Amino acid sequence: MDKTRIVITGVGLTAPNGNSLKEFRSSLLEGKSGLSHQEIRYMGTQVAGLCDFDETKYQNRKKRRRGTRAGSVAIWSANEAINDAKLSWEAVDKQRVGVYLGITEHGNVETENEIFELHQNDLNTRLWSPHHNPRTVANSPAGEVTLNLGITGPHYTLGSACAGGNVGLIQGVQQLLLGEVDLALAGGISESPQTFGIFAAFAAQGALASHEDATKASRPLCKTRNGIAISEGGCIYVLERWEDAQKRGAKIYGEVVGYAINSDASDFVNPNTQRQVECMHQAIKKAGLNVNDIDLVSMHATGTGAGDIAESKAVKEAFKESSTTYVNFTKGHIGHAMGAAGALELAGNLLSFSDGMIHPGINTEELDPECTLARLVLHEPLKHENVRYILNNSFGMLGINSAVIIKKIN
Amino acid sequence: MTTENVRQIVIDIIADIAPDEDLAGIKDDVSLREQIELDSMDFLDIVMELRKRHKIEVPAEDYPKLNTMSGCVEYLTPKFAQV
Repeated sequence: MDKTRIVITGVGLTAPNGNSLKEFRSSLLEGKSGLSHQEIRYMGTQVAGLCDFDETKYQNRKKRRRGTRAGSVAIWSANEAINDAKLSWEAVDKQRVGVYLGITEHGNVETENEIFELHQNDLNTRLWSPHHNPRTVANSPAGEVTLNLGITGPHYTLGSACAGGNVGLIQGVQQLLLGEVDLALAGGISESPQTFGIFAAFAAQGALASHEDATKASRPLCKTRNGIAISEGGCIYVLERWEDAQKRGAKIYGEVVGYAINSDASDFVNPNTQRQVECMHQAIKKAGLNVNDIDLVSMHATGTGAGDIAESKAVKEAFKESSTTYVNFTKGHIGHAMGAAGALELAGNLLSFSDGMIHPGINTEELDPECTLARLVLHEPLKHENVRYILNNSFGMLGINSAVIIKKIN
Repeated sequence: MTTENVRQIVIDIIADIAPDEDLAGIKDDVSLREQIELDSMDFLDIVMELRKRHKIEVPAEDYPKLNTMSGCVEYLTPKFAQV
């Protein structure tokens, strides 16, 4: 890594089971699920993870109507992150702030809604909303944050499937290292359960989670799992250079010491164990560490057979030389928050640096023999007083892999 | 349809487009944009909602006629009589 050190000084989030880092962390340690049964257009009752943050805390109803759910999630998360970082926002040079948000997709919600309206109105395209374009341009959620906060530095989203949360964070780090900005709002967001298409598509793939008890629908690494529980959420980090954070006496959650993004180059949807191993090892190498230094691996673990087995093999292979690395996952609690997943799951683990606990993966009633891993934390939180490094995995379709390593700052 | 009915229809549409605004004291002969926060996209929304809800067409060259509430009522009342 560059000698310039990048640290996390604020976290803003909304997850299906919490609207702040503290709430989210408590829910993860208590095994509280954020999943419920919801009525999804054309799809009937489905399991989904919805967020219940106050949409009008940081934007008025008119702005909310003008924008998108994804923008609303992003605006909430960005404002919460800034508040958490205790930045004097009025004094911040807005030209030197960048907004970098990972997304799985954007615009499906708005397009589906318009087409639904079209069908209610005899296919009259003259009723198509003039807001459709600004709502569906791919930079929209990040742009809404700049409009809301008066940020005049760069903004864009990073289309990176379900690796989005990590990729957004990595982009923020890189832009700080390049000196392009002095403050980055970086992470990932998703509003996926607001579309029926994603439910229909996962159903068509035979990969849509279902269970009579919605809280048990997402069962990563479980022999009886039956797919992905679709969720929304957002998590945005305030990233700063170490010296800037020190100068203003900021609380530091951790330092981003390593990262990697690579590509499988092998399949549209099926993961590639070897490329995942390489991704984790590249991140560890960039951090100047060895596998024994990683105290916790936060798995992507979506609850699909192919995904869970490939990643379990990858983690087993990548950490075969380690006798101390623990492993957990978060999607049992919150389902798959798509573009937000990587950022949220990292945030869920971040407080293990200070509370000395590792939250467990839940709902794995019968561990798939192909997913057995040493030091896999399941069912109950584990006390671990010395978590120093966390490696956070996040993978996505078209074979995008990402890993981020965060170091505890004493 | 009475002019009062037409006025209420316009108020209802604006209330949906600008839900944070207090529309109780709207002055009929003062520009709407001087009284409430409405931009050009909001005006497009008003035109769209007239089309969608009431099948009223407002050609672009007539948009200035919707500048005030009294202008809206004067322009739209005959159109409502035709639908």
